[in-house]
Amino acid sequence: MYIYADNAATTRMSRAAVEAMTPYLTEWYGNPSSLYSLGQRAKEALEDARERIARMIGAEPREIFFTSGGSEADNQAIRSAAAIGAKKGKRHIVSDAIEHHAVLHTLKKLEQEGFEVTLLPVTPAGIVLSSDVEAAIREDTCLVTVMAANNEIGTIQPIKEIGEICRRRGVLFHTDAVQAVGHIPLSVGEIGCDLLSASAHKFHGPKGVGFLYAKRGVNLEPLIEGGAQERNKRAGTENVAGIVATATALEEAVARMPETAKRLVALRDRLIAGLSKIPHAALNGDPARRLPSNVNFCFEGIEGESILLLLDDRGIAASSGSACTSGSLDPSHVLLAIGRPHGVAHGSLRLSLGEDATEEQVDYMIGVVSEVVTHLRGFSPVWRDLVAGKTKFVL
Amino acid sequence: MALYSEKVMDHFRNPRNVGVIEDADGVGEVGNEKCGDIMKIYLKIENGIVEDVKFETFGCASAVASSSMATELIKGKPVSEALSLTNKAVAEALDGLPAYKMHCSVLAEEAIKNALEDYYKKHPEAK
Repeated sequence: MYIYADNAATTRMSRAAVEAMTPYLTEWYGNPSSLYSLGQRAKEALEDARERIARMIGAEPREIFFTSGGSEADNQAIRSAAAIGAKKGKRHIVSDAIEHHAVLHTLKKLEQEGFEVTLLPVTPAGIVLSSDVEAAIREDTCLVTVMAANNEIGTIQPIKEIGEICRRRGVLFHTDAVQAVGHIPLSVGEIGCDLLSASAHKFHGPKGVGFLYAKRGVNLEPLIEGGAQERNKRAGTENVAGIVATATALEEAVARMPETAKRLVALRDRLIAGLSKIPHAALNGDPARRLPSNVNFCFEGIEGESILLLLDDRGIAASSGSACTSGSLDPSHVLLAIGRPHGVAHGSLRLSLGEDATEEQVDYMIGVVSEVVTHLRGFSPVWRDLVAGKTKFVL
Repeated sequence: MALYSEKVMDHFRNPRNVGVIEDADGVGEVGNEKCGDIMKIYLKIENGIVEDVKFETFGCASAVASSSMATELIKGKPVSEALSLTNKAVAEALDGLPAYKMHCSVLAEEAIKNALEDYYKKHPEAK
């Protein structure tokens, strides 16, 4: 059995999306900026894709700007809002502790450039409180940026409430919706956001394509200078084939969403119930306000990379917030922000289900994870001390 | 390319000398939970020879493999040889470790040195 349970990292491209993009690689490969018909055909496909994508999130086509992915969209959204703010002398930004690094590192950079950033804490379940957002907004706040759903622990944030607060207070609102678009119902009008970032490969589209929604009237700052593509906001020849595939993948994901979400929620909750039976294990994130595909646990006394490699041996692809998997000494900032101590955060496991997940796979994963946890605890000095009562269990 | 060598994976999947020696002559522990690696080494020493060695490790695959390999390298050897075990020797015996995982082999070397220090503390006559 091989189970790809890392769909929050990336997804397999949909067959329809692959088929949709192929002609634009082989046949209609012209540059959309060219005047001859080969180029114009590509241009038409590009604008058609823009229209279809806009429709899927309740936007106008002219409000969609294609980027190289979610990270670029996040960077551009935040930098643009900061530039708008700076012109009015507003240099304060409100965000939260569990944002993606594409947001957090951009904010760090802006701090070095003289902006002030308030990073709100989250509840132990990983929720940003809209009342905290309201309280943090000041006279000089130019932007609130809060993600729609968290990539690690899957919590869905109250972005409609936050959007309403921002509108009332006259502050721009950006949401990193990379994990949400194509997975949960989402419309920019309902959220009331000014800027929204998305990434195609998270919803069965290709890697290297993302888009930024910018509400009419919100001026974008180009990050890349050059040609006049994307109405002067993003230079560089458009990834036509990738963009066409993105539109197809998104339409497909949105059409299937009601059925997929219902099925995945049942499987997710079955997996959560099964893993909860492992002693001294705990679910990370909110049990209900959660992406349909996301399961994230901490297991006391063991380390995440070891879990992943043993799962890989048994045909399960997953991820962890342990330091060893992040390339730094610290475990996931998200797990630390929800109050998991360092040692416990190292022992985390994220399983993100794919649309084709089955009950049989879920039961297999519960069995294998239980065995792996027991095996690793068998020679863990941390576990021995916990069992001997020398140290106290946290979970 | 795989993350780790076959040897690392072998020692990770089937760690040698796992466990505890209840009446150990020397015990060494290094690392901390914060950084994500803890190693504990137990030694049984008789007539200046490492008669038995066991380990417990909390950490990633390279930490487990490093401790497993280190115990193999010193088992049955004179204490003087165990004392001179280097992290480089551990890493080489594992057919190499990724650069950012070399600290795991350092931990293994330190854990053994700590255990031997503990042994000398408990058995000053052995010095």
